[in-house]
Amino acid sequence: MANFKDWLKETFKALSPARVGEYIQESQVYRSIFRVGVPDSDRKRMLVMLGNVFLHLHPVKVRKSGIRMRYTWCMGGITFFLFLSLTFTGLLLMFYYRPTLEYAYVDIRDLREQVPLGIMREIHRWGAHAMVIAVWLHMYRVFMTGSYKPPREFNWNVGVILLVLTLLLSFTGYLLPWDQLAIWAITVGSNMARATPFAGHEGPGSALLKLGDIAFVNNQSDMRFALLGGRFVGEAALLRFYVLHCVGLPLVAGFLMAIHFWRIRRDGGISGPL
Amino acid sequence: MFIKDFINAITAPYFLITAAAILLLVSLKYPDKFYTSKSGAIVFACMFGFLGISVLDPNFRLIVTKADNVPIVGMLFLVPFFTWFALREAVRNDKRIAEGKPLVEQEETADKVLTWPDLVYTELICMVVLTVVLIGWSMALQAPLEEPANPSSSPNPSKAPWYFLGLQEMLVYFDPWLAGVVFPGLIIVGLMAIPYIDTNPKGNGYFTLRERRWEITTFLFGFLILWILLVILGTFLRGPNWNFFGPYEFWDIHKLEALVNVNLSEYIWVKGLGMGLPKNPIIREIFGFLVVLGYFLLIPPLLAKTWLKRFYQTLGPIRFHVMTFLLLAMTALPIKMVLRWLFNLKYIIGIPEYFFNI
Repeated sequence: MANFKDWLKETFKALSPARVGEYIQESQVYRSIFRVGVPDSDRKRMLVMLGNVFLHLHPVKVRKSGIRMRYTWCMGGITFFLFLSLTFTGLLLMFYYRPTLEYAYVDIRDLREQVPLGIMREIHRWGAHAMVIAVWLHMYRVFMTGSYKPPREFNWNVGVILLVLTLLLSFTGYLLPWDQLAIWAITVGSNMARATPFAGHEGPGSALLKLGDIAFVNNQSDMRFALLGGRFVGEAALLRFYVLHCVGLPLVAGFLMAIHFWRIRRDGGISGPL
Repeated sequence: MFIKDFINAITAPYFLITAAAILLLVSLKYPDKFYTSKSGAIVFACMFGFLGISVLDPNFRLIVTKADNVPIVGMLFLVPFFTWFALREAVRNDKRIAEGKPLVEQEETADKVLTWPDLVYTELICMVVLTVVLIGWSMALQAPLEEPANPSSSPNPSKAPWYFLGLQEMLVYFDPWLAGVVFPGLIIVGLMAIPYIDTNPKGNGYFTLRERRWEITTFLFGFLILWILLVILGTFLRGPNWNFFGPYEFWDIHKLEALVNVNLSEYIWVKGLGMGLPKNPIIREIFGFLVVLGYFLLIPPLLAKTWLKRFYQTLGPIRFHVMTFLLLAMTALPIKMVLRWLFNLKYIIGIPEYFFNI
């Protein structure tokens, strides 16, 4: 009986969560994934930053003043996180959405009415609005702390392009629901391209670009036509915006983000007083 | 009722923009009076109070609670908050500099901490909070979906996506080729030029106002007044036919606003000289051309000799002329606004035959 009691005790001990955790951490599978193990010493805390592909975006050590919320406002990080959330929810939305005049609107309506737990479009839309605001505030913070000054001039420029790309991503996405709000917002926005100097058929100077009676810049060859793939916001515009929104612009933005983050490190980390 | 009419009246663009610009400039002149914890508390209490009482008004509620406008209400609070926050930090640092003490940031610059856990955990918490906020927001508020697209019936007002409403608001004062193409292009170019124009080595990596008064004033005027305020104006206060509507006013499609705008050429040829307009558009608009060319070509050298002499000396001719061109392009908007409000001026140069209107 005593033996059984001891055996029970031993078994119970061996199966306690702490011990199970240890078994797992000592297993070959776990060690193959997480080389360092639980970062419980400073040495391991450094190694984990070096060994993990996601964490190695960061340096091992950072200035205390540089990571204060009251200094960074966390806006760059929030922007990046929102970009990731938008990529994820956008991917899910692509399962349900077909960019044609026939299906675009009904697919969006079905997302709301038929798809279980259908808040992906909400997360995507509100996340997109939030990202625009977060990018503005990030730029605001970088300006107010003078962080664009040497040696970070180039990274500020990359940031400005990323800001423009964020607006373009949001703009191209605005058309996709294909409702009255979408089509008319894009019509108002893209009408501006008609007035591009020299390159829009209602822009100054375009009337000069003609040979005899043949005008080079008309409503079928101007900037707006290039943007919409047609003379009005129609099927071609929908497809064009869809491809730009889902593939073209995110690729460019991702590429530039890699440069942006890399340059933060190369230019001496988060800015601070010298 | 009287209060509502009063607020409807003072939110008219000419008053709102002027008052905001004056408030901004005065507050930057006396930052230690305006950007304190106490003043912040008072302003934000007033803003929340205003919003809380105003949503009782049905017309106000209709516009503010429109699903797509909710983030802009958020921005209406976030941007002033961060403005106040940044300038309060700046005031604190400026005081420290004056007293010869190290900056707030400097006290911890030498301190290096391990990224794991100090930064990684902050990021994790931030991500969790943001996820919760996003999901909560998405469950509470449905994304808008209107009638299916119908190319033959345009809604009134037709508005661009909200972040471009500053540009759409500019259309009141400038033609599309300027408001929709040239100015957005110049905004991007101007932002990218900032680090190369601003050669002031001070204020790198900490909040300060006194060491960078000129840069900060210029940027805040552009960002807060000419961008954020115009976005808000375009979102909440522009209704059918892009007419102005006060926050408690019903968006009546039939509201008429008399168009009495007059071109500069008519002012001079018809009213000034008492002649008819010349046939040749170049001669007709000759005064407009002179004004615009003078604005961009004569003012920079004049500034280099007088008001901005110190900039000309420190920046050198190229930087100085790029800077003054961008500055003059930026101030062209408030100048045109004031001319419109005071004199009903439509175009300085008006050649609609060639779509060349300024």
